[in-house]
Amino acid sequence: MSEQLFLIAHIAGRGVAIDSAQVESVVDIGAVIPTPRAAPHIRGLAALRSRVVTVIDTHAALGLPKLAIAGSRAVITVVDGHHYAVLVDSLEDVAPFVASPLPSGIGLDAGWRQAGCGAIERDGEPILAIDLTALVHGPSNDANAIN
Amino acid sequence: MDDLLQEFIAETRETLDALSGEIVAWEADPADRARLDAIFRFVHTVKGSCGFLDLPRLARLSHAAEDVLAAVRSGERSPDQKLVTAVLAIVDRIGEIVEAIDAGAALDDSGEELLIAALNAGAEAAAPAAQQAPTGQRVANRSVRLSTDLLDRMMSGMSDMVLARNELARRMRDQNVDPTIEAALDRLSLTVAEMRDTVTRTRMQKVDALFSALPRMVRDTAAEVGKSVQLQIEGSDVELDREMIEMMRDPLVHIIRNSIDHGIESSAERRALGKREVGRLVVSARQSGNQIILEVADDGRGIDTDRLVQKLTASGQSRGRDLSMLSDRAKLDLIFEPGLSTKDEVTTISGRGVGMDVVRANIEQIGGRIDLVNTKDRGLRILIHVPLTLSIIPAIVIGIAGQRFAVTRQAIEEIVHVSGDTIRVDLLGDTPAATVRDRRMPLVDLAALLGLRATDPMAADMLAIISASGGSFAVAVDSVLDHEELVIKPASPAVMATGIYAGQTLPDSGSPMLLLDCAGVAAAAGINFSRDATVEEEEAIEPEAISADALLFDDLDGRRRAVPLAIIDRVETIHASNVRFSGGRMRLLVDDRIVPLAALGEIEGHAELAVLRIKDGDAEIAYAIAEPVDIVAIPADISPSAQPGPILGVVVIGDEQVELIDPQWLLGPDALDIVRPGAPLCLIDSQSDSWIATFLKPVLEQAGYRVSTKASADEQPAVILTTDAAPATARDGRVLRLSNDRRDTGGDDRVYRYDRAGLLAAVAKRVNVA
Repeated sequence: MSEQLFLIAHIAGRGVAIDSAQVESVVDIGAVIPTPRAAPHIRGLAALRSRVVTVIDTHAALGLPKLAIAGSRAVITVVDGHHYAVLVDSLEDVAPFVASPLPSGIGLDAGWRQAGCGAIERDGEPILAIDLTALVHGPSNDANAIN
Repeated sequence: MDDLLQEFIAETRETLDALSGEIVAWEADPADRARLDAIFRFVHTVKGSCGFLDLPRLARLSHAAEDVLAAVRSGERSPDQKLVTAVLAIVDRIGEIVEAIDAGAALDDSGEELLIAALNAGAEAAAPAAQQAPTGQRVANRSVRLSTDLLDRMMSGMSDMVLARNELARRMRDQNVDPTIEAALDRLSLTVAEMRDTVTRTRMQKVDALFSALPRMVRDTAAEVGKSVQLQIEGSDVELDREMIEMMRDPLVHIIRNSIDHGIESSAERRALGKREVGRLVVSARQSGNQIILEVADDGRGIDTDRLVQKLTASGQSRGRDLSMLSDRAKLDLIFEPGLSTKDEVTTISGRGVGMDVVRANIEQIGGRIDLVNTKDRGLRILIHVPLTLSIIPAIVIGIAGQRFAVTRQAIEEIVHVSGDTIRVDLLGDTPAATVRDRRMPLVDLAALLGLRATDPMAADMLAIISASGGSFAVAVDSVLDHEELVIKPASPAVMATGIYAGQTLPDSGSPMLLLDCAGVAAAAGINFSRDATVEEEEAIEPEAISADALLFDDLDGRRRAVPLAIIDRVETIHASNVRFSGGRMRLLVDDRIVPLAALGEIEGHAELAVLRIKDGDAEIAYAIAEPVDIVAIPADISPSAQPGPILGVVVIGDEQVELIDPQWLLGPDALDIVRPGAPLCLIDSQSDSWIATFLKPVLEQAGYRVSTKASADEQPAVILTTDAAPATARDGRVLRLSNDRRDTGGDDRVYRYDRAGLLAAVAKRVNVA
């Protein structure tokens, strides 16, 4: 089995693995300008050099209660030509892992079910691999995600 | 026109290059419908452009080829080898002529009749036209075609540069730096700004580039079919991606030609239908959301969907479907069927059914869409929506509840302060409504709409009047911050899904900002303007052009007065030293001229004065006031003044008695020292005595006469003034002699020269006789 590079991050207190192919860069974002009336998981807009990125509130995207204090660490990903900053609690490092499907019988709950796309094993500890695209689409787009 | 010609050449050349493969394929398989359509479209486009660019030879060739190809398409002729050869010969010829036009060289047209004749069904296979080598070499091109990708990268590099410059400037402000470094930064800033403009221009073009050719085209097309059409163009300022403009050109031309040829009826028909004789064609561009909408609306007969169905069924294009069962909407969409024509006869302009299928193909290719709004007998509106991938628009930055938003400048009619009776906010039921002078419109509480903060609409201080398609509404804003040219990019789908944003931008401040979509905001606020209603309203407004508005001001004596707005040329602030009491009245020196000044109060003690420059025809006067207050409507009820004078009457404006200045007093004969043309002419005939010319002239002018010292051939004076010293000439009733004899008071032809009253009376008498 071939190994892929994964970025290990922490979201909502859990360790997650993000396929490095989805990660454009890892940044500290500055001030976030709110986008009134947008979906709840859209935190707002932030400037990244000359680019405007849409900031994803990961907690809201996972259907978890919103965090009062925003982290500024974010993973930049590109979905359909638009740049998104997905907020994470903290970042560890990038390392090659072997991706495997979720062990059978494990049913993820809430927003994790949509985001989870497999698992990796680090030193015997299983870590959920997540798909940033699902986070970008947010919890409300269940139907679209299935289609 | 040269630009258009160059574009036509470049485009034809490119299409020819692309078409060469198709031509070979068609030659191999003449029954191939797709290839046939491609070649047909090419000649049709050439024909269309030629008619417009006045290239009769090309028009003749392409028209002939199109005729034959149309016959093939409708199945009247079969595409045999001979026909294919003949058509290809014409396509080649078109290429040669285009090269010749570009090179500015003449090309012999001898073979062309043969080429056209070869198209006829019975024609012998024409001897292959002697292939002439193009007479001119290809001219070196002065322009370069670049991929827009490259321009995009340039653009984003430019934005990075601006932000880096801003960052540098910010850092330098924080610490005291050497002025020479600052000077260097200034120079950098200037260069960056210039570069930015240039780079921006490389991609953007005003839609005017697309519209500017329309008036001529509409005129020519209308003349060709013998109709009268009035073209109205709106929104030429909207900027659009250059690429987009190129893509829109052909579709727009096709649509407009179709509108004139099919849609708008002849004058006689229109008269019979009770419509205005002149057909109306409105071409407009506007930005809506992340799209530009180009609209072509005519007030012609619209599309007769039933006839459309009949035609398609009759020509066997229904492909076995029962078209009459379709919904109205689907029937209307049949207009996009290839090979359809609703017209019975074929003209050089349209009527071959090419057009709408090509138009739709072109528009969909750039990710756009086309909508039809058809009202039978009333007209057709064709809306072309094209995406706004990248666009620079002038915008106004407004602050709402602490957040900044951009609004396109073209959407903002005006920004007003709530004050007094003319601009106010009221509650109609629970719905806030704004009154701005004589207009009443809904007030949108944007802060609440955006969920930023609940505000009390009654506490609104500043209103932005925004025009959305169909009507206007007011938005309460906290502040108006800036006016900037912004590069608008589409925001991410989740943000666009709100429907109230047109895009996002990164202004120089480095903090992202959202562009509000005014139509979206109106929709989100539940405002709905019915288009028909506004159209009728516009028509109704026309006749009542006279509106009695007045300028309300505080006068020098502390009173509040008003003066009709119509007679005010402008309001200026002047320095009091320019006002002098000279020659018996107040005069103002302004623009190196002396203008009489009126005032109802003391000018002394004011360092600066506001003056109303009042002008009516040739009469001009200035009126000094303390301060302009507002523009108000004059109530119809005016209580007349007790005695004639400067005050015409008193009106009630906002629970206050306001004196209305009498324009007749201001501009009346007593107030002015400038004589109007057309006043009776007095000729002063006295070479010997300069007194009479020097001193009498002002007296007469003040009395309202024109004075001349020399008789001109084309005008007879009403009075001729002369002195005793002048030799007696033939008796003339118009002559008045000025004597040095004090006793000459009652005489008819002699008046003592210092008897001012007597002199004026005598002059008046002569004028009345004349």
